[in-house]
Amino acid sequence: MAIDQATVRKIASLARIAISDADAAAMEGELNGILGWVEQLGEVDVTGVEPMTAVIPNKLRLRDDVIDADPLTGGNRRDDILANAPAAQHGFFGVPKVIE
Amino acid sequence: MTELTNLTVAQIRDGHRAGDFSAVEVAEAFNANVAGAKALNAFIVETPEHAIAAAKQADADRAAGTLKPLSGVPIGMKDLFATNGVQTTAASHMLEGFVPRYESTVSQKLWDAGCGMLGKLNLDQFAMGSSNETSYFGNVISPWKRKDGGNAALAPGGSSGGSSSAIAARLCPAATGTDTGGSIRQPAAFTGISGIKPTYGRCSRWGIVAFASSLDQAGPMARDVRDCAIMLENMAGFDPKDATSLDMAVPNWEAALSSDLKGKTVGIPKEYRLEGIDPEIDAMWDAGIAMLKDAGAAVVEISLPHTKYALPTYYIIAPAEASSNLARYDGVRYGLRDLPEGAGLQDMYAATRADGFGPEVKRRIMIGTYVLSAGFYDAYYTQAQKVRTLIARDFEAAFGSCDVILAPTAPSAAFGLGEKMADPLAMYLNDVFAVPASLAGLPAMSVPAALNREGLPLGLQIIGKAFDEQGVLNAGLAIEERAGFTARAEKWW
Repeated sequence: MAIDQATVRKIASLARIAISDADAAAMEGELNGILGWVEQLGEVDVTGVEPMTAVIPNKLRLRDDVIDADPLTGGNRRDDILANAPAAQHGFFGVPKVIE
Repeated sequence: MTELTNLTVAQIRDGHRAGDFSAVEVAEAFNANVAGAKALNAFIVETPEHAIAAAKQADADRAAGTLKPLSGVPIGMKDLFATNGVQTTAASHMLEGFVPRYESTVSQKLWDAGCGMLGKLNLDQFAMGSSNETSYFGNVISPWKRKDGGNAALAPGGSSGGSSSAIAARLCPAATGTDTGGSIRQPAAFTGISGIKPTYGRCSRWGIVAFASSLDQAGPMARDVRDCAIMLENMAGFDPKDATSLDMAVPNWEAALSSDLKGKTVGIPKEYRLEGIDPEIDAMWDAGIAMLKDAGAAVVEISLPHTKYALPTYYIIAPAEASSNLARYDGVRYGLRDLPEGAGLQDMYAATRADGFGPEVKRRIMIGTYVLSAGFYDAYYTQAQKVRTLIARDFEAAFGSCDVILAPTAPSAAFGLGEKMADPLAMYLNDVFAVPASLAGLPAMSVPAALNREGLPLGLQIIGKAFDEQGVLNAGLAIEERAGFTARAEKWW
């Protein structure tokens, strides 16, 4: 199923990527080329086949239900977490105004 | 005196231990090579001081009798691993200037083993590419040149192209790589070095910039099989911080290396004989089969019937996971922020991501977003996950009659920079032999096997059963001993 430029702009909007009309036009051809190629998967008979969710059998673990189970990923790391934020203020992430 | 930068990891480790040279001498020699190789653009950040500090510690540890497994060995770190206090970019504008406040598990293990860091190695942006041409920080150049009188700059492979170029040019004896769909093996093949992607889950993904989490796996790149074994022993291991980490002991792969393949059976997948492929690739493959027979192995033909569907499966699953993983780059918590005058939150997200991601990354996010979107999810993504199950079953069935599988690593030798950038699909085909093992989570390595008529390296790939890195390394060693690959790029940089 071929996609058009309106669909390209819709996908870009879902992906939160600003896109110019020229880029949308170029992307239309590229995405159709790739999607046309992957569509060959439709010819594979997958009757009764389960989708793979884990490539190596592994069971999910539960850690102990305690605070700061791992000192690296536990609490009290505010300054480390904010260290690379482009607009940290007053101990919070800064964002543009979202409520008028 | 021995030229220290020609030594392997094992030779540096053992020579340092024996007192033949100091670790500081080794670090200084590699630092000098790194500083003199700007033309290759293999490093995004150089960290000579880190290498020297680790070397001083190694020399002190030797004096005190407290040597560690890799004391005195300086390495390169792919710039996809978060390094505490050292810029980590994934070769993207999005993460330019990002300085982690934590260390990835794999890099921490290497520092704990005594390694020093020569610098952060260039790569394809977010590890998406096969030629290292998608880096925001410029192309990496392979040290190799065609022997055709021309001077074309060649691709070092990708995405671990900084790693492959730096090792081939003797800027570091070993480096980390990551492999999502061939990103360790294909660059190793292009530059005449070795590299292994272990079983999915062997190396912790914690602190590695995520691309496609069900496929991403770290592994070492080095000049020979022994060095890959040594490095992998010091990178692998259970990590509770990675939900898919394997809770298994790390074998002593180096000590168990053996090129005697008596009693082993090697499978040759008939579907990997591609029509129209360079006859030199097939000839190298046949030579590899003869080498493994010479090492005592039996050889059987096997069938992996869904091989032709592996690449299209990969190019649904990997972009789908990437679109989800890369949603984190929002201009709020870390990385780039592009806030146009008067823009609101949504406009800021869109502007930041338009500015911070390169064309290939955007292409994959868009594909991934599309195949996961309402109405298309089952037709594309679920279907691809089912085909992935069939591809894994192919391998399971094949391993009923063989211990390891031998195939080419890549369908060609290194190509020239710019030759394939105009056509994404042609670029994706580079990984046709590498992707199936990734989809099945299996260990696989590339070892240099021959030079082609242009004087460029070609690599052979060994694919093993899950958890059988030893079998892969041993078959690799058997080829290494027989191929006698000693060629290296002549210095022009």
